[in-house]
Amino acid sequence: MSPWARFRADFAASRLALFGLIVLTLILVVALIAPWIAPQNPYDLGKLDLMDARLPPGSAAMDGGLVYRLGTDGQGRDMVSAILYGLRVSLLVGAASGLIAMVIGGGLGIVAAYLGGRFEQVLMRIVDIQLGFPAILVALILIATLGKGVDKVIIALITVQWAYYARTARSAALSERNKEYMDAARGLGLGRASIVLRHLLPNALPPLIVVGTVQIAHAIALEATLSFLGLGLPTTEPSLGLLISNGYEFMLSGKYWISVYPGIALLLTILSINLVGDQLRDVLNPRLAK
Amino acid sequence: MSAPLLQVQGLVTEFGTRDGAVRAVNGVSFDLAEGEVLGLVGESGSGKSVTGFSILGLIDPPGRIAAGSIRFEGRELVGAPPEALRRLRGHRIAMIFQDPMMTLNPVLRVDTQMVEAILAHERIPRAQALERCAEALHRVGIASPGERLAQYPHQFSGGMRQRVAIAIALLNRPSLIIADEPTTALDVTVQGQILYEMQQLVRDAGTALIWITHDLAVVAGLAERIAVMYAGRVVEQGSVDAVLDAPLHPYTRGLLDSVPANNPPGIALRQIPGMTPALAQLPPGCAFAPRCSQAAADCSREPAVQRIGAREVRCIRPLQVTAPAAHSSGEARP
Repeated sequence: MSPWARFRADFAASRLALFGLIVLTLILVVALIAPWIAPQNPYDLGKLDLMDARLPPGSAAMDGGLVYRLGTDGQGRDMVSAILYGLRVSLLVGAASGLIAMVIGGGLGIVAAYLGGRFEQVLMRIVDIQLGFPAILVALILIATLGKGVDKVIIALITVQWAYYARTARSAALSERNKEYMDAARGLGLGRASIVLRHLLPNALPPLIVVGTVQIAHAIALEATLSFLGLGLPTTEPSLGLLISNGYEFMLSGKYWISVYPGIALLLTILSINLVGDQLRDVLNPRLAK
Repeated sequence: MSAPLLQVQGLVTEFGTRDGAVRAVNGVSFDLAEGEVLGLVGESGSGKSVTGFSILGLIDPPGRIAAGSIRFEGRELVGAPPEALRRLRGHRIAMIFQDPMMTLNPVLRVDTQMVEAILAHERIPRAQALERCAEALHRVGIASPGERLAQYPHQFSGGMRQRVAIAIALLNRPSLIIADEPTTALDVTVQGQILYEMQQLVRDAGTALIWITHDLAVVAGLAERIAVMYAGRVVEQGSVDAVLDAPLHPYTRGLLDSVPANNPPGIALRQIPGMTPALAQLPPGCAFAPRCSQAAADCSREPAVQRIGAREVRCIRPLQVTAPAAHSSGEARP
């Protein structure tokens, strides 16, 4: 059996993980094609009708054009469209910050493990300090200084996340580094760069992938938190966190849908990513290999 | 006689520890002629592997070569710039490692790893490099090399992997191969085959070979000369026949006596009393003295190297050359 086939079989061994993968795929697909399937463009303020504000799920628009399946928010936005577009923002921010942080942190960690010495010492103490601060605090301070915007949020999330990757990459690379094939690679007279990139990196990758999935879920949750606090993204382009925040004030007056449906979308996204991540960890962990 | 291919003189390799520098290799000297096969024998921790790594320039901090000289093809390797050493490694000096399961990168295909070994030293087209890889695999007795090249290491058995490692070592036609116990982890039958093939290969290519092992039987079958190491020093060296038939150093004698085949069945195996000393706390004088049956008071002096004919021994009271040779290790393969 090829490694890829075995990987798939191992992964599919858990029904729950398979469920997570299906949900995640669905979420990714609807987020990707949102502009074509959303009943309304929620960012186009000209299309919104304040007369339609806070309609309960299933109501028709005042002008009779649309049926708001999940109701509308305080600006008369169709919730279905807002959630679809919000998913795009959340996933984009989560994936972009997660991947960039993985490249930066993972790269630094692997190089630290390979070089050792002072570089490793200094880098790992910075990691310790970074991880000593609560992520939300660091992100809040950064957003407060940098200002709002998708790019600023991504920068803040990278800053709070790279250290996890650096630590994981270093420990994975350290254990690989002492294996004989690393000595053998040096014995062949390969250059440093090719040893690190072609021999050390691929072998240190599995744990990084696992941390990556978990961290992307974290990043999405953190972005939602920032937006909920009104610090993340501009209000004209609401992410899931901002939608939840917008509906928060109406919760007690019975208009639950403005907060609850984006909340469910966020929950499903994070849950499915975590289910997939957990199974990846089990499958990629050589100690649990059958 | 022309200058030897490799000349190691007074090599000292230290490792910095909390208790100060520990000398893993302490004044090792030997010569190796072109095409010669040297067996470097000793127990675990005797410094034989570190000697090999020192020649390749693969000693990492906290380790360092503290003294001595390694001349290879007329060039001094101690203190040579890293780039010069890198160009030598895998090109003029190749290494084969102990554990065939670990010596190939598990995530790269065999052709990738082999081609890489060539392209690190030569600028030739990939197709040409691949051709040479297939040829090298064929030479070490791997059937259908074309298919095997496209496989991953886990699709090879232990013996096959070690053959691949040997093929990689031979790829660039080095003038010296350092083999660090390459057959220890293999089945005895496979071990015999590989030893035999290795012998043929280096003979055909005129490659010199340093075979690091703790197995005297292997050395007896393979090497022309033998150097026995104990606690970081070469305690005896000479031609294989002379050393194994009539050892001069009590330690070599003890090693020979503890080979199970040399003991009559039914009685307890003979062994060398005591343990290998910790390198940080070597006794003064001869490091072997506390375990030596011949030891006398003057063994607490540093023994100098004595030349007896073509042989060298580092012992104050060497055994008589005329001592009855009760046995030889001639039963060794192949």
